Amino acid sequence: MNRTITSLALTSALALTLTACGSDDGGDTGADAGGAATGGEAGGLVGTGTGDDCTIEESVPVGAALSLTGAAASYGESQQKGLELAAEKLGEKDGVTYDLTIEDDGTDPRQGITVFEQFTQDRSVIIGPTLSNGAFQAQPIAQEAGVPVVAISNTAEGITAQGDHIFRVSLTEAQVIPQTVEVSTEEFGLEKVVVMYSNDDAFTESGYDVFASALEDQGLEVLDTLTFSKADTDFRALLTEAKAADADAIVVSGLIEAAIPLVTQARELGIEVPIIGGNGFNNPKLMSDAGEAAEGVVVGAAWNSASEGELNTAFLADFEEKYGHQPDQFAAQAYTGLMVIDEAVRAACSGEPDAIKEGLGGVQDVETVLGTLSINDDRDAEHPAVVQVVEGGAFTPLN
Amino acid sequence: MQQLLNGLFLGSIYALFAIGFTLVFGILDRLNLAHPAVFAAAAFVGIELVTVGGLSIWVALPLVAVFGAVLGLVIERVVFRPLKDRPDAHFAGLIGSIGLGGMFIALLLWRYGPDTRRFPVDAFPSTAFEIGGARVTLLQVAILVISVVLMAGLTWLVARSRLGRAMRAVAENPRAATVLGLDVNRVTATTFALSSALGAVAGALFAMNVNSAQLGMGSAIELKGLAVIIVGGMGSLPGALVGGLILGLAEVFAVQYVGSSWRDLVAFGLLFLLLIVRPQGLFGSRRVREV
Repeated sequence: MNRTITSLALTSALALTLTACGSDDGGDTGADAGGAATGGEAGGLVGTGTGDDCTIEESVPVGAALSLTGAAASYGESQQKGLELAAEKLGEKDGVTYDLTIEDDGTDPRQGITVFEQFTQDRSVIIGPTLSNGAFQAQPIAQEAGVPVVAISNTAEGITAQGDHIFRVSLTEAQVIPQTVEVSTEEFGLEKVVVMYSNDDAFTESGYDVFASALEDQGLEVLDTLTFSKADTDFRALLTEAKAADADAIVVSGLIEAAIPLVTQARELGIEVPIIGGNGFNNPKLMSDAGEAAEGVVVGAAWNSASEGELNTAFLADFEEKYGHQPDQFAAQAYTGLMVIDEAVRAACSGEPDAIKEGLGGVQDVETVLGTLSINDDRDAEHPAVVQVVEGGAFTPLN
Repeated sequence: MQQLLNGLFLGSIYALFAIGFTLVFGILDRLNLAHPAVFAAAAFVGIELVTVGGLSIWVALPLVAVFGAVLGLVIERVVFRPLKDRPDAHFAGLIGSIGLGGMFIALLLWRYGPDTRRFPVDAFPSTAFEIGGARVTLLQVAILVISVVLMAGLTWLVARSRLGRAMRAVAENPRAATVLGLDVNRVTATTFALSSALGAVAGALFAMNVNSAQLGMGSAIELKGLAVIIVGGMGSLPGALVGGLILGLAEVFAVQYVGSSWRDLVAFGLLFLLLIVRPQGLFGSRRVREV
């Protein structure tokens, strides 16, 4: 009897290892934030006029697959707010309205696939999913069905290479990180660094690859490369190693969940050098939750929250009014995503998937909250990036 | 030196968590897989007590323990008591507790949302000292002391007190214990309450130690807790303590000497080796009586 229980415990321990390797999701599913899925009849989605004069009778059906529960839920929540605000703003404009349905993928690629399958039935364009991990698995479904996808937060390499229907408005790590490394090398006179990254996530791993080549381009010496898991919260052993290496800066590719404990523990261990983070660090929570420990963290970002452009100031004010707090980059990119879709729809004045796909490919020099945005031949967005450092509890531009 | 201390602090939390696990197992022969959910729930409740209730850590921690104890009573009443007379009580309890744990997490999600939460920055004085070139925070010392005191207290309780004697009697033979006039249900419920109170304190301390509380934090440590009690010898309290410390140290030294990517492989590999050498676990000899 006793032996059974021991082996039972071992089996469940093993089973847990397996699930832990699979994905780190909360396991809870089913929060349906969207309205009823009503598909548009062919014909009803083709309107008259062009650009600002375009009028389409039916609402253009847009599906968004976001991680509203599970490990990436804090990003998904921001994105949901950004999208809903954008849909509301677009609804105030004449001519075209959007029927936005948001479904939860539970930070689980398998669930993302299900959501995409459902969306390809009756949506003209799909937004999401939140994480690159899920995107790689879900996007081929939309590609096959001929429904265009707009990625609003995926920064891993190869997202848009999956097919000619896949677009993105989020800058890739490959676009942001080299600037971050270059600017910080100049500002801090860096010579040798320690690199840390979580090696079980597509997003942070591709971030690491870009960091590694950018560091090489700048001629920086990498003293040590340390890896952790995206579920880790205790980094003291790694940081002790990093401290012993005596580097000029610590370069980290990790999500915000890891960033906060990592930064706190680094300062606690007496590491005072700048910590250079990837896109995951670009979150106001870094300052609110890590407090003083966040000072001196350097982050490259796609969105300059302090930008005084007209669109950006209006976005900040609208968001604050609707939700009572400041938006983060995820909200800004989601907002931009739907705005860019609107641009594409109005270009041919049609809410049909094919027309939207063509329209997205033709997006050039559109003013957005992220700055002037164009979609290049690889279907990736191009717009200016910003390098920021935490000073006095706020991101301030470094360059 | 710094790594030794890192491992010690990490290990003491593993141990505190695992001891709650092993207490129920040692006395009742049941694995309570709702324990990780208690661990996570306690962290969130502790954070709420401090941020919203404005309590100091020293008031909040005992309250968290009480909260854990209540959850323990719920787990016992809802899952284990109704199932205890079934012939497959082991499995039914195991699976039932996974289910209840899932419900706890769902309730947490509903109450607190999916965001990672933290104790406020100034919840604990950020004093740090240097010991032999290593930096140690007051918080870490407090965690170590609290863990050791709780574990020592529990060991004393089981070995010496009247309640402990009753627990051991129930462990030996529940029917005989009833004949001797013991209220088996009450002893069982108390065991669950104690176990969950320890798990709850471990959860709050862990969240403070790493400055992060997530819904999934329980499942992240669950595997380690199971490994610790298997290595320590199922049901053995000192085994859980030593097993926890070994796992903590193994993880830290794997990082230092082998490489961070191999951390889990090395740590769990070591534990397996240990089991090959000593299949009954470090302190597992007392199980012979069950044959």
